[in-house]
Amino acid sequence: MAGILTLISVVAGASLASVNEMTKGPIELIKQQTLESGIRAVLNSNDLQVQAIDSLQEGSVIIYRTDKGNAVQATDANAFGGNLTVLVGFAGDGTIQGYQVLETSETPGLGAKASFWFKEGKGSILGKNPSKNNLTVIKDGGEVDAITASTITSRAFLRCVNAAYEALSMSADAESGATKQANSN
Amino acid sequence: MKYLKVLLNGIVKENPTFVLLLGMCPTLGTTSSAINGMSMGLATTAVLVFSNLIISCLKNLIPDSVRIPSFIVVIASLVTILQMVLQAYVPSVYEALGLFIPLIVVNCIILGRAEAYAAKNDPISSIFDGLGMGLGFTIALTLLGACREVLGTGKIFSMTVFPENYGALLFVLAPGAFIVLGYLIAIVNKLRKA
Repeated sequence: MAGILTLISVVAGASLASVNEMTKGPIELIKQQTLESGIRAVLNSNDLQVQAIDSLQEGSVIIYRTDKGNAVQATDANAFGGNLTVLVGFAGDGTIQGYQVLETSETPGLGAKASFWFKEGKGSILGKNPSKNNLTVIKDGGEVDAITASTITSRAFLRCVNAAYEALSMSADAESGATKQANSN
Repeated sequence: MKYLKVLLNGIVKENPTFVLLLGMCPTLGTTSSAINGMSMGLATTAVLVFSNLIISCLKNLIPDSVRIPSFIVVIASLVTILQMVLQAYVPSVYEALGLFIPLIVVNCIILGRAEAYAAKNDPISSIFDGLGMGLGFTIALTLLGACREVLGTGKIFSMTVFPENYGALLFVLAPGAFIVLGYLIAIVNKLRKA
């Protein structure tokens, strides 16, 4: 009796292992492709080379340095539905080129609009620069129009964008500082 | 003829959603749009067909006292295989269904059909039973998803029927699922009695 159950479990385990082995490659490939197409989309460029990947703050901010600008992935844990992860593309001078929401649990029809809301009209952050523009919602004294009835999501989204820019500018400072030092030696 | 009857039983007479009211969690949770409902239905159908087939083949081998754990092991393995295959080859469906794929394991339609049908019948009829029940579930979920999507966003299968501003967002959110399901069950009951 226990023998049968053991036998079934062993067969099930073996088939799972073989399917896992089969799908491991494609799954890895798809993850990579999704990320690459995301980086291309936020930097508006179809041919770019990722030159370096920096993981900061224990992986909560990841900077992808390319020859066409930098794509920064940042996560905010206090969105309406939990984690909100956004990939933001910055040109060399910090101007926002584009963004893509990578991970979201926001309410469909409300907060989920973040995936396109900040690309057009009064809510647009494209072409703005976090060092010159105050990228917070109007209610908080900023200049970005929040998603209707989804201020919490909008705030979380903008926190991601600002965190991404801050991490990028801090790492840029550190880097240029390091180069200066290297030069002076 | 016999198989056709088994098939239709699941789609009409014992429709798992509208008549048996089984598997309500994925029914309410995944039907925010027609395409999501349909994907969930088809994923469940795939698991149901294979679990019915395997359990029907093993029914004489499995002792009565360990049948439930055995069924669950079979179903859980099938769902995990399905999840990996979807993730590898149809990532868009995987993204849309997310958390609900592993939850197919505890969908009572699947264990229910294993226990009530596959454990007592031959493999071929069990396949048809799984297919019938699965299609019944798929049709119900697609219908529910389509109603919610059109009322909530003015679209059907992402094609615009009327401008989104006239949609009642309520129907995309959780309360809409309950309201639409209630009306659909009422309509189906009326039609079945007529």
